[in-house]
Amino acid sequence: MIHPMLAATAASDASAATATAILFYLCAAMSGISAICVVLSRNIVRTAVCLLFTLMGLAGLYFLLNSEFLAAVQLVVYAGGTLILIIFGVMLTSKSPFSRFEPRKIEVAIAIGVVILIFGALATAITHVAWPIATPPADSIYSMNALGLALLGDYLVPFEISSVLLLLVMIGAAYLAKARRHQPAESAGEAAAASRRARQWS
Amino acid sequence: MVALPTPTPFLLASAPSLVETLLFKGQPSLLVEFIYRAMICAVFFLGLVSLVAMFCIWWERKVAGHMQCRLGPNRVGPIGILQSLADGLKLLLKEDLIPGDADGFLFRMAPYLAFTPAFAAFLALPFSPEFTFEPRLAVGLFWILAILSVEVMGVILAGWASNNKWSIYGAMREACQIVSYEIPLGISIIVGVMSAGTLNLVDLGKMQGGGLQTWLLFRSPFALAAFFTYFIASLASNKRAPFDLPESESELVAGFHTEYSGLRFSFFFFAEYAAMFVVGGIQAALFLGSWNDPFGVVGYLFAHWQPAYDANPTAANAMPLLALNAVAAAIFILKAMAIIFVQMWLRWTLPRPRIDQVLYACVKVLLPLSCVLLLGAAVWGLLVPGRPGVPFVDYANPFTIAAWRDGPEGNATLSYVTQWLLTLLGLSGFTAVVGWVLYAAITGRNLKQRLTDPAPIAEAAEVASA
Amino acid sequence: MNIGLEHYLVLGALLFVCGLGTILLKRNAIGILMGVELVLNAANLNLVAFNRFAHAGTTAAPALDGQIVAIFVIVLAAAEAAVALAIFLNFYNNFSSIDVERAQNLKG
Repeated sequence: MIHPMLAATAASDASAATATAILFYLCAAMSGISAICVVLSRNIVRTAVCLLFTLMGLAGLYFLLNSEFLAAVQLVVYAGGTLILIIFGVMLTSKSPFSRFEPRKIEVAIAIGVVILIFGALATAITHVAWPIATPPADSIYSMNALGLALLGDYLVPFEISSVLLLLVMIGAAYLAKARRHQPAESAGEAAAASRRARQWS
Repeated sequence: MVALPTPTPFLLASAPSLVETLLFKGQPSLLVEFIYRAMICAVFFLGLVSLVAMFCIWWERKVAGHMQCRLGPNRVGPIGILQSLADGLKLLLKEDLIPGDADGFLFRMAPYLAFTPAFAAFLALPFSPEFTFEPRLAVGLFWILAILSVEVMGVILAGWASNNKWSIYGAMREACQIVSYEIPLGISIIVGVMSAGTLNLVDLGKMQGGGLQTWLLFRSPFALAAFFTYFIASLASNKRAPFDLPESESELVAGFHTEYSGLRFSFFFFAEYAAMFVVGGIQAALFLGSWNDPFGVVGYLFAHWQPAYDANPTAANAMPLLALNAVAAAIFILKAMAIIFVQMWLRWTLPRPRIDQVLYACVKVLLPLSCVLLLGAAVWGLLVPGRPGVPFVDYANPFTIAAWRDGPEGNATLSYVTQWLLTLLGLSGFTAVVGWVLYAAITGRNLKQRLTDPAPIAEAAEVASA
Repeated sequence: MNIGLEHYLVLGALLFVCGLGTILLKRNAIGILMGVELVLNAANLNLVAFNRFAHAGTTAAPALDGQIVAIFVIVLAAAEAAVALAIFLNFYNNFSSIDVERAQNLKG
């Protein structure tokens, strides 16, 4: 029985290309505009929200590129894990929700120059290279079975190493972030500073 | 610029679904199909979510009322059925307040960020083989898990953008709770998926089509235990029942939606009930037989009518198949509603633990338990290999011994025996619980429901004069 | 309008330079972390785009290497974000500010 995905149909290439283009431009616009907002935004929480939209747009793009499992992993780990962690970090380390740190003017100028230079170089290089496009065979589908077999077959060693790495990271991060008891304050100033810190989240 | 070669179209169209064939008289062009599916999403699914949420709001209040020996809403409409409509109208007409110091953009965006993931998860729910939005989604179950984990962002942003310390407390506690409980949630799903061997929700449904014993709940004792751990973890991830600390703040102060009123508040409510339905749908799809009835009738009819339609795709063959799909969808919704009822039942029965007790339950009880279940399921898969065939799908006559013995992957006798043993166990447990509840309901109507016994008049006078 | 490899690569380049700009322009340490995440995502997009367009594989062995490496990149990025945030929390406890300009104890 032919897998439904492989059944050759009368759908024209133009129609498929249009649908793909619409979806690509939607997801790419979401990612690209959010990424630009990440750079330009002054408020750190808004930066995090724009990063969320970038990650979700990227998940959509992974769906377009036939990598469904990767898209789901991106949403679970990045958008639903790492970003939550980042937001927690933002909330634990901000004094007021709207505090801003402004970079100096010369830094802004250098950053803009470097960014434009690198983007120009990359875009020119990308569009002027003859990429070796290989059309995937008509009946290739990225099935979950193949992914699982590859992870436990060809990529077994990185898989096991990354699991050990995650264990190490858990231990290290838990130790580093452990709340330490403050020593009794040496002076009134330090006591005031310590009590101010303690009242941060009261 | 280099000329691009024609790529392989990504949207490899499958054979068009039954409804599309009937609507478009054959294979529609991909663009038309694309627009059609977008319309289904925008109109049908949004309507379904709203309907489910409004029904659940009324039902919750009725269930709460009857469990507390009162009636619940009974004024607006016959049995108060229009109460949700009245509530919705009231919320629409309220003043749209935004606190002065709040971050306006994030405040406005947070309800939508909380609602959209719950709505997007509906796209993968397998109502029936034809009425699944995307039946080819190879990561169906994992996609639902993934998109529901984005919902936490909406809650955190709601708490943060309100510029109110009670909101931030509620939001942080909820984020802590949900993120912690995602681990036993995911591991329980993995245990179920290990028994099944596929993440595709439609394949899972077809695999459970042979009657009660083919349900994945009874595939191995670890799947049975995983159902219960998944249920508990899903309660926490929906901020329901004993784990509703963010809402308990709402009995004290109102948690992350303190500053929300009117339509924005209703979005959070919709998101909660939509997520409850999705979670109930996952449990129905993965463990409780998806769209199949316990006797295998639906599976039998599908196995006979679907090939008949495929061989001869006429409208006359399509109508009974469509009706069967509608019945299957109704069964699926019924199962999800049953899970929702159990969630509501627990809410009005159990007391509420503290946040440290909630996290203790997650990290020190559920997490080791689900890891043990994962290990056990993996070892079980090695010791009891093979999967018994599904009646009417893998073999035609379910009443032959040879059919019992030979699964699609070889000898499956041990697996089949286990299935039947667990089915009898589960059935007896279910009957015991239902019978006990009915007995209590029937015999309890004569009991007086008083919190304290009234003191006799003479004693009261003595106490007063002493 | 065919969407080809180059569209994805240009988008990846855009994300990369946005991440680079974030790293250069933010003084909040967590903002710099977000820039690093953007850079890693750009690399992931490149990997998956090449996997789809330029690495065909066969029917028996479909092209999966890009996806798998991307999964590992995501895992490593999550691990790195956890450790980085632990370090930032310590930094905040010591300096009561998350501004990286304050990290000048070893200067000069």
